Amino acid sequence: MGGTCADSPELAGASERSSFGTCVVESCWRRVYPPVRFSSQLKSDTMGGQQKKKYESGSATNYISRNKARKKLSLSLADFRRLCILKGIYPHEPKHKKKVNKGSTAPRTFYLLKDIRFLLHEPIVAKFRDYKVFVRKLRKAYGKGEWADVQRVRENKPVYKLDHIVKERYPTFIDAIRDADDALSMCFLFSTFPRTGKCHVQTIQLCRRLCVEWMNYIITSRSLKKVFLSIKGIYYQADILGQAVTWLVPYQFSHNHPADVDYRVMATFTEFYTTLLGFINFRLYQSLNLVYPPKVKPARAVISSCPSRVCDLRLKALLCFFLQEDVEALEAREKQQKELDAHKKLFEGLKFFLNREVPREPLAFVLRCFGGQVSWDQSLCMGSTYSVTDETITHQIVDRPNVDKKYINRYYIQPQWVFDCVNSKMLLAVEDYFPGVTLPPHLSPFVEEKDGDYVPPEKLKLLALQRGEKPGEIAEDEEGNDNEDDDDDDEDDDDDDEEGIDEKNLKMMEKQRSQGKALSVTVTPGKLKTENKMRLDQEEKAEEKRLAIMMMKKKEKYLYDKIMFGKKRNVREVNKLAAKRKAHDEALKANKKKKKGKKD
Amino acid sequence: RSKKMSKTAGKSATKRVVDDDDDDLELFKENSDEVPQKVEEEEDGEDSDDSDSEESVFSGLEDSGSDSDDDDDDDVEVEEDFEEEITSDCENEDRSPGLEPKEEQPSTKKPSKPQQGEKLLLKEKTATRKAGGSKGRAKDNGTVQSEEAKGQVTPPQVDEYEHDTSDEEWYQDYPHIGYDLDGKKILKPIRNKDELDEFLDKMENPDYWRTIHDKMTAADIRLSDEQIDLIHRLQRGQFGDVNFNEYEPYVDFFSDETMIHPVTNRPQDKRSFIPSLIEKEKVSKMVHAIKMGWIKPRKPKESEQRFYDLWAKEDPNAILGRHKMHVPAPKIKLPGHEESYNPPPEYLLTEEEKLAWEQQDPEDRKLAFLPQKYPCLRVVPAYSRFIHERFERCLDLYLCPRQRKMRVNVDPEDLIPKLPKPKDLQPFPTTQSLIYRGHSSLVRCISLSPSGQWLASGSDDCTVRFWEVCTGRCMKTVEVGGTVKSIAWNPNPSICLVAISFNETVLLLNPCLGDKLLYNATDQFIASYVEPEEERPQLVQWEVPQDEDFDNGFRLIINHPKSVKQVTWHGKGDYLASVLSDNSNTQVLIHQVSKRRSQNPFRKNKGIVQCVSFHPIRPYFFVASQRCVRIYNLIKQELMKKLMANCKWISSMAIHQGGDNVICGSYDSRLSWFDLDLSTKPYKVLRHHKKALRGVAFHKNYPLFASGSDDGSVIVCHGMVYNDLLQNPLIVPVKVLRGHTITHNLGVLDVAFHPMQPWIFSSGADATIRLFT
Repeated sequence: MGGTCADSPELAGASERSSFGTCVVESCWRRVYPPVRFSSQLKSDTMGGQQKKKYESGSATNYISRNKARKKLSLSLADFRRLCILKGIYPHEPKHKKKVNKGSTAPRTFYLLKDIRFLLHEPIVAKFRDYKVFVRKLRKAYGKGEWADVQRVRENKPVYKLDHIVKERYPTFIDAIRDADDALSMCFLFSTFPRTGKCHVQTIQLCRRLCVEWMNYIITSRSLKKVFLSIKGIYYQADILGQAVTWLVPYQFSHNHPADVDYRVMATFTEFYTTLLGFINFRLYQSLNLVYPPKVKPARAVISSCPSRVCDLRLKALLCFFLQEDVEALEAREKQQKELDAHKKLFEGLKFFLNREVPREPLAFVLRCFGGQVSWDQSLCMGSTYSVTDETITHQIVDRPNVDKKYINRYYIQPQWVFDCVNSKMLLAVEDYFPGVTLPPHLSPFVEEKDGDYVPPEKLKLLALQRGEKPGEIAEDEEGNDNEDDDDDDEDDDDDDEEGIDEKNLKMMEKQRSQGKALSVTVTPGKLKTENKMRLDQEEKAEEKRLAIMMMKKKEKYLYDKIMFGKKRNVREVNKLAAKRKAHDEALKANKKKKKGKKD
Repeated sequence: RSKKMSKTAGKSATKRVVDDDDDDLELFKENSDEVPQKVEEEEDGEDSDDSDSEESVFSGLEDSGSDSDDDDDDDVEVEEDFEEEITSDCENEDRSPGLEPKEEQPSTKKPSKPQQGEKLLLKEKTATRKAGGSKGRAKDNGTVQSEEAKGQVTPPQVDEYEHDTSDEEWYQDYPHIGYDLDGKKILKPIRNKDELDEFLDKMENPDYWRTIHDKMTAADIRLSDEQIDLIHRLQRGQFGDVNFNEYEPYVDFFSDETMIHPVTNRPQDKRSFIPSLIEKEKVSKMVHAIKMGWIKPRKPKESEQRFYDLWAKEDPNAILGRHKMHVPAPKIKLPGHEESYNPPPEYLLTEEEKLAWEQQDPEDRKLAFLPQKYPCLRVVPAYSRFIHERFERCLDLYLCPRQRKMRVNVDPEDLIPKLPKPKDLQPFPTTQSLIYRGHSSLVRCISLSPSGQWLASGSDDCTVRFWEVCTGRCMKTVEVGGTVKSIAWNPNPSICLVAISFNETVLLLNPCLGDKLLYNATDQFIASYVEPEEERPQLVQWEVPQDEDFDNGFRLIINHPKSVKQVTWHGKGDYLASVLSDNSNTQVLIHQVSKRRSQNPFRKNKGIVQCVSFHPIRPYFFVASQRCVRIYNLIKQELMKKLMANCKWISSMAIHQGGDNVICGSYDSRLSWFDLDLSTKPYKVLRHHKKALRGVAFHKNYPLFASGSDDGSVIVCHGMVYNDLLQNPLIVPVKVLRGHTITHNLGVLDVAFHPMQPWIFSSGADATIRLFT
C-alpha cells in the first residue's frame, strides 16, 4: 500500500444516490477533482497598514496535507495509516482546493488540522512507538541468541486497547449501531477465512465468535427483516433500535486470495471492528437480559462426520444451546411475542428439514429468525433435533431436481421459497418452488420503486398479493389475454395466407378499406373537434412552458437541462427494460406454441 | 646388455637429445658400479639375458611409475587383487626370496613413451623366450602392480616407501630393505612366484582361499578355522569375541530410588554448609528493592478482550469538537434486482450489452458486475471479487476525501420562472394571416408608412415594392439600380417620402400613395428648396432626378462615396442618417433634407458601425459598433454612454418609444435588453433563438418587441416598461411565429411592427413578406 497511496489517493467504490424533491445534505466521496481553473489571483491589499499575506489565514490554515501531518506526528506511513483507520480520521475535500493548496493545483490529500492535532494526544501513538522498540529489542535478542531475553521481551510485548476509541468515535450506542454495517460485513468475511496465512488465527476465531453471537441476538430478538440472495453473497437486513443494519455474508466457499489486496489494511480495520462489535453485542445481549458472553456448552456426543469443519464447532454448540432454549424455556416468551408482529412468527409452527445439499447455516438462521424449527441430517453436523423420518415435518428443503424417497405429508421445496416468503412477509404458494421447477425470479427486497421507475411484473403480482387480491384473477386475465392474442395471431396468419393465395382479394380489401376510411371521415368530425380542444389546451400549456423555459437564467437552465436529461435517461432505461421483458415473454409464448403444435 | 646397447644405439640422435632424462638414466646405470654387480648377483642362476631384462623391467617400471595418475589407479587395483596375489605368492613360499628391487617404485624421472614402448617390446621378447620369467610380466601397469605387491614385504610398507622418498633412494639399489634389532640386514623377499604359478596354485591347492601371503617374511600363512570365523564375524559387523553378549540386562544405577549408600564417599565441601556471602548480598538487595517498591510482581496478563457495557453512561451531548466537521461515511448502496442470483429476465444483459460492458473501463461501468441467472441456489459459485470489493470499501473509508455536498433535489418545475400567462398579455400577433408574394429574391428590408396603410419592401432583385397592408396587393414596383440594403419610411405623417439605400446612393422616393394632397405637399416641400448663396463643399452629392425618374417617384438622390448599408430617419422626418460600409472616418453621415445638407458628425469612428438610430425624443444618436452601442448627445457633441452588449457582433438595434430602453440583436443568437437607467450592461440577455438574429423591432404603442432570426422564427415578447423608475421592465416571451422557410441558411431578415395594430411583418429569404396578426 505504502508506495501506491502516497499523496495521490486511489479512489474506488461507488455510492451514488439520486433522490428528488428535497434538498439533502449528504456526505459523499470526492473522487473527481475539479478542473484546473486559471483564475487571476487576488492581489493582497496594499492600502497602508500591515500587508496581509496570502495563505496565512482562512481555509489554507485549516487543512494540512498528509505528508505534513505525518511529519507532525512523526509516524511512519504505515503507522499513520493504522492510526487513521483506528481513529476514523479521513481526508477532507476542501471547498476551495487551490486556496488550501496555496495556489498549487497539484493533487494532494488534505486532513483537517484539528483532526491531526487531536491525534497528537492519542495514547495509542505511544504504544506504536513502544512496539517499534519492542521489535528492535526482540530482534537484537534473537541475533545474540539470548533466549532468556527473548522470552522476557516477549512477555513484555506492548498491547493496546481500543475501548476508549470506540467510545470516542461513537458517543452513543445508536451511533455505533448505525455504523455496524461495515463491521459486520468485515467480520463475516474474516470468519470465513482459512486459518493459514493472511491473518492471525485468533482474529478469525474472534470474528467467528462475534458473528455467531450477533446471529444469536438476531434470532432471539427476531429482528431480521429482509434477506436477499445475490450473486455476491447473502444480504441480511435487521432492524435494531430503529436502525436498519445491513450486512453481506459470502457464500461458503474457500477464497482465492487476490494479490493486489493489502491484508494489513483489512486486518487493522478488523481489529477495530471486532472491538466495536464486541461492545455492541454486549449491550444488545444486555438489552435482552442475556448473559454475555454466552456460555458455550460442550458439544454433544454427536461426532461430526467431516472433521475438517472444526471451525464450525462453536456455532454448532451455540445453535444447540439456543435450540434447547427454544424447545424448553422460550415457549412462554414466544407466546408473548406472538402479539408483536405476524412477520416475526412467519414460520411459527412449521417444521423444516434441510437436505444435505442446502446451505445450512443461512437457512437455519433465517428460519429460526422467524420461529421455524429446523433440523438436518444427524451425520452432517451436530445440532440436529429430529431426523428425516419425523412425521411432523411440514417442509423439506431440497436443492436437487428429484428426491429419491418422498414422504407424503410434507412439502418438498427449494430454498428460495424461504427467502421469498421472508421478503414478501407471507407464506407464498409452494407450487412454484417444487424441486425441478423453474423458479420465479428472486427480487431484491431493498428496491423501493418510485413512480416512474420500472417495476418488474413479478413485483406487481407480489404487491397485489400483499394487498389481498387473489392471484387467480390475474392469472386468468393473463390467460384471457393470451387467448385473445392467439386469436389475433391466427387471424394475421390467415390474412397472410390469403394474401399469398390471391392478389385480387387484396385489391378488393384495399378498396373496402378506402371506402371505410371515407365513411369514418364523414362520421367523426364532431369527435375530432373535442379532441382538438383538449389538444389545444395541452399545446397551449406546453408552449407556455417552452416560452417560460426561454426566460430561465443560464445557471438554472443548466440545472434544469441536467435534471431533464436524467429523467429522460431514466425513462429510456425503463422503456428498455420493459421492451426486453416483452420480447422475452413473447419468445416464451412462441416456444410454448411450438411445443403445443408438436404435441398436436 | 649388448642388445640394449645396440637398441639404444639404434635410436635416432634427435630422440636422444630430446630425452635427457633417459640419458641420465643410462648414464646412471653405467656409472654406478654396484647396481650391475648386484644384478649379476641376483641372477646367478639365470641367464645373462635375464639381467638385461631385469634392468629393462626396472627401467620400465620406473617409466610407468612416473605417471602419478596411473599410480593412484594402480593402488586401487592392488587392493582389489590383494587376496589373489597373496595366495599366489604364498604358494611359491618355498622358493628363494627374490631380490625385488625397490626401483619398481615410481621415480621422478620421466622417460619418453616411445622408449618405454620399446622397452616393453623387449620385455615381451624375453618373456616369450623364458617362460615363467617374472620380468616378462611387466607388460602393463596392472601386472606390474601385482608383481610389486608380491615383491614388497607388506602393503603398508609399500605405502611407506611410496611416500618416503629418502628411504626409497637409500635402499633403492640394495638387496635389503632395512635392519633388524640386531643390526642384521632384512633382505628383500625373493620373488619367485609368477602368475602362472599363482594360477596353478589357485586351481590345485584346496586351501588357497585361506592362505595369506606375509609380505614381511614372504611366507604364506594358512589361516585357522578360528581366525576365519573371526574375520567373518568382523565382516558382518559383529563383536570379535564369540562370548561377548551385547544385550546384557541394563542396570540403572541412577534411578529415582533413593539408595541407602552414597555413590561416592567423598566428604562434603565446606561451601556446601557455609552460606554464600555473595548470594546473601544479592538476596538482600532484592529484598530491599521489593521493600522499596522497586520490584513489582508481574501483572497477570489478560489473554482475551473483555467486553463490558461501554455506553453505560452515555451522554448524547458529549460530542467532541471535531464531530462538528464530521462527515459520516456514506453507506454501501443496497443491491437491486440485477444483483439477484435469479433476476427477472429483463435485467440480464444481451450479448451486445455484455460486449460493451467488457470493453468499458471498469470505472465507467454502470454495473460493477455482470448480472447472471442460475437455475437454483446449488449452482451459485463464489463471487470472485468479494475480497476486492471489501478492500475497496476499506480504502474508501480511510483514504477517500470526504465532502459535504448540497444536493439540489429541486423539482424541475420549480426552476421554471413564474411568468404571467401570455393569455393575459394580449394583444399580440398569434397567427399568420397574409403573405405578400412578388419579390423574386430575398427581401432584405421592410418599412411601414406612419399611417399603417402601406408597406414598402426592398429586395435583392433590385426592386422596391409597395403593398397595401390590408389586402396584400402590390401597389407599385420601382426598379432601382442595385440590391436594396435598407428602406425607411419617413416617420412624419405629413411627409410621404421613403428613403431607399442601394449601392452608393440613398434615394428619396415619393411613392405617390394614399392621400393625394399629402404626397403633392411633399413634392412641393422638396421643390421649395432654395439653393444657398454660398456653395459649401459637400461630402456627398445631392441630385435632383428629372423626367422619367421623377415620374417613377424619385425625388432626391444622394450619392455617397461608398456603398450605403443603412438609412434611418429622425422622428421629425427632416434628418436622415446613413451608414457607409467604409472603414474610414466617414462611416456615418447625417443629411438634412430641407436644406440638402450633409455632415459627418464624428471626427473619428471607433470600430465598424453596424447600425445607427435616432433617439425618438431627445437629440441623442445611437451608434452600434460590433460589440457595443455608443450614445452621443448631438447638441453637446459628446459621448454619453457606452453600452456593452456582451455579444460578439451586433446585427440590429431598436429603441423603445420612451427612449430609455434599447434592444440589440446579435449574430451569436442573443438579444440584449438595455435599460439605460440601470446600467450599461444588459438588463436581460435572451438566448431564445437557435441562430443569428437579423432584425429586432419595438412596437410603437403596445408593449411588444420582436426578433427575427435565421432559424426562420419570429419571437414576439411582451416588454413592459413602467413609468415607475423602481420597477424594472417586465419581459415575457409570448409567441413564437413560424412560417418562413429557410433558404440558403437564411430565415427571417427583417421584422417590423404595424404602427397602430399589434401586427407584425416579417420579410424572409424565401422572397415573401408575412403578416402575423
